[in-house]
Amino acid sequence: MPDYHWPPMAQRRVIGKPVSRIDGPAKSAGRAKYSMDISRPGLLHAVLVTSPHAHARLKSIDASAAQALPGVKAVHLMANPGSELQWEGAEIAAIAATTEEIARDAARKLVVEYEVLPWVVREEDLSKAGDRVKPSGDQTTGDPDKAFAESDGVSEGTYGIPVLTHCCLEAHGAVIEWKGNSIEYWPSTQGVSSVGDDLGQQISVPATNIHVHMDYIGGGFGSKFASDTWGAACAQLSKKSGGRPVKLFLDRATELKIAGNRPSVFAKVKMAGKKDGTITAWQSETWSTGGFGGGGLNADLFPYVYRNVPNRRIKHSAVRINAGSARAWRGPMHTQVSFVTCAAMEDLAARLNIDPMELFAKNAGYTHKPDVYRSQLEIAAGLANWKTLWHPRGDSAKGHMKRGLGIGVNTWGGGGHDSHCRVTIHPDGSVDIELGSQDLGTGTRTVIAMVAAETFGLPVNGVRVRIGQSSYLSSGASGGSTTVGGVSSSTRKAAVNALDELLAKVGPALGAEPVDLEATGGRIQVKGNPAKSLTWKAACQKLGVSPISAQGSNVSRTAAREGLNSSGVAGVQVADVSVDIETGIVRLNRLIAVQDCGLIINPKTAESQAFGACIMSICGALYEERIMDQATGRMLNPDMEFYKLAGIDDIGEIIVHLDIRPEHDKRGVIGLGEPPVIGGIAAISNAVANAIGVRVPMVPLTPRRVLSALEERSA
Amino acid sequence: MAIEVSVNGSPRHIEADPDTPLLRVLRDTLGLTGAKYGCGEGLCGACAVLVDGHAVNSCVTPLSAVAGSKVTTVEGLETNGRLHPMQQAFLDKGAMQCAYCTPGMILGAISLLNTKPAPTEADIVEAMDGHICRCGTYPRIVDAIRLAASRQAGNRPR
Ligand code: FES
Ligand code: FES
Repeated sequence: MPDYHWPPMAQRRVIGKPVSRIDGPAKSAGRAKYSMDISRPGLLHAVLVTSPHAHARLKSIDASAAQALPGVKAVHLMANPGSELQWEGAEIAAIAATTEEIARDAARKLVVEYEVLPWVVREEDLSKAGDRVKPSGDQTTGDPDKAFAESDGVSEGTYGIPVLTHCCLEAHGAVIEWKGNSIEYWPSTQGVSSVGDDLGQQISVPATNIHVHMDYIGGGFGSKFASDTWGAACAQLSKKSGGRPVKLFLDRATELKIAGNRPSVFAKVKMAGKKDGTITAWQSETWSTGGFGGGGLNADLFPYVYRNVPNRRIKHSAVRINAGSARAWRGPMHTQVSFVTCAAMEDLAARLNIDPMELFAKNAGYTHKPDVYRSQLEIAAGLANWKTLWHPRGDSAKGHMKRGLGIGVNTWGGGGHDSHCRVTIHPDGSVDIELGSQDLGTGTRTVIAMVAAETFGLPVNGVRVRIGQSSYLSSGASGGSTTVGGVSSSTRKAAVNALDELLAKVGPALGAEPVDLEATGGRIQVKGNPAKSLTWKAACQKLGVSPISAQGSNVSRTAAREGLNSSGVAGVQVADVSVDIETGIVRLNRLIAVQDCGLIINPKTAESQAFGACIMSICGALYEERIMDQATGRMLNPDMEFYKLAGIDDIGEIIVHLDIRPEHDKRGVIGLGEPPVIGGIAAISNAVANAIGVRVPMVPLTPRRVLSALEERSA
Repeated sequence: MAIEVSVNGSPRHIEADPDTPLLRVLRDTLGLTGAKYGCGEGLCGACAVLVDGHAVNSCVTPLSAVAGSKVTTVEGLETNGRLHPMQQAFLDKGAMQCAYCTPGMILGAISLLNTKPAPTEADIVEAMDGHICRCGTYPRIVDAIRLAASRQAGNRPR
């Protein structure tokens, strides 16, 4: 049995070192081609026509004028008379023309009649949602009523966290060329190996006839797994126009309305505790919407991380509204549940008059990793200068600037998805690594190259990584922080298998058994004896004319046994904010993230990903929100002016502490995309409460919300 | 209508409606896809290019506005296969993830150094504030701009 284990920490030459991303030159030079950049001879440009109504029945649709416009090559109807359209932005038709202008002109000539039906597009007031509410029943553990009665202090609070959209900078879409029974497909996708099957099912074409290509993607964050109705429409337009390539990407407004979102959560929480800070009871009544599908939230996650609070009552309702459907959104469900839980814990600490840092640490026994959380809280407190800067709720300093600190926690699974890799060693010494994977910007390509380079004793540029084609061995979709775990493990195994074959060929020339050989420093040598060695190139020449081709697989079900990857991490975030109580403006001074992470292959890209996750949590805490208008049934802010994301000036200082230590490292690779995005919203909301002395119930913490919370307190 | 414009150093003669957004011309007519569509409304900076050395959002710049001007896209920055110092600084500092925003960021940063070779933190923030990065690479972008500025200062003859 070959030895696939990761080399011991001290012996790694490439893994664990900060390496610049190997596709960085192409990216910074503008040579990187995203699917939206693909052009093919005879390319047609397509647009989507969507419903302007939150709820309507399509009465009739007449495409003749649109079809007749010179330059229009195909019209594909996506709804029919009688179709019930359940949200603004629901797909009606797609039109392909020689230019985008002509396609847009044609879209305006499409005559659609609707019968407008009643709608509900807001969920925060449950009493107005009527029959759209689906209760999910009570769950009670222990005896919460008794615990509340016997406690030293009870806190109650209401909290709200709205629907967000993914707002990937590259919108959803594809270029498709359907010629005969073969389809060339350039989607913007998180699943190169799986999206072709999805498209095939929609258009009844075997997946083997669909060839997926994607070199670069401009963000996914959980929203780009499916081929989507517009992918199928793009294919149909290509077919109808006689096999011409068609490009169909959503415009920003449509992207924000229909290409996925994160469910909201509204909550009424009651908690009880003892004087010493021990939590004794949790009670939550929550509701959420994930669009027309309903809730999109698993209330079993309450109370977050502190799962084993002995007395709990949980009640949850899903609200169906007339808005686009939810999709996985980086750290699905966890950001919201972390916010509600940690905010309620901070409120309990304030009620009991104790330092929340103490309360979070004291109750760590209720978590699945008591020691890890305790030590992370301590590290975070140190980095935040908590002992000096923290004060009881309400900054008593003079003046209008108030400073505060707050805590949020996270947990995540991660691990390694199913992944298959092929490694080819050519007689000229070049090495190809192929996987049907994708690099979302997380550094997947670089990680693959590093693992292979480590295994072969070569520099990172001594191997060539090829991903982004469905013709390669399949590799899982990138979701749930499982990609690096998956591809690093399959690459390691394929590379070890290939190396073993090479050593078998080279052994005789060095007069040694293959098991006594090693690949290091660009050479194959007798272990520990550089005098008896061949350069990598000379060793590969021994292959004659036959390259070595070897495979390796990571199977998520059994991966834990092999030790290359595993799952389950913990993390703590601490925010330090200053709030201007005259303007209501919140400034982030610092956001500190202490993250348990397993084995880190490339600290440079890992840290970058953690930075990015922190910034995304700042967006959610201070700026981002989908705003629906009940009067018109529409999204009020489907643009990047009013759907606000943090800019360069909005983020303060971010301190990422990747908790790398031998006992974490030996768990193998775990994955880091989601966890650091989770606790930041809670931490920032708690820091604001600590600064201004009152809870602002709803995030994002806009100046208006901050001021009205302050007004309510003084009223 | 025909419009004369220099793109990445080559004279171009473009037949198009003068109101056509420059971004459309660059991407669809000239095949210069380094400039990206992010919002189409001048709100994200993904489409930024240099016009006579200053960054503009090409999605809201009509073709007619650049008649007779010099347009530089990210593809026009390399010389003899060598990255422009700002591109190199972005690479060295790891100031990108998906990198969809990166061409616009790099051009915005070059535009800044063209007018302020030694920018303060406040200058950087002001110049780059219209550029959105959904992946959250801002801290390293600031580092990269500082690095490029200091390298440029070091190279300048005294
Ligand atoms: S695409 Fe031009 S500013 Fe967003
Ligand atoms: S790196 Fe992805 S948007 Fe900036």
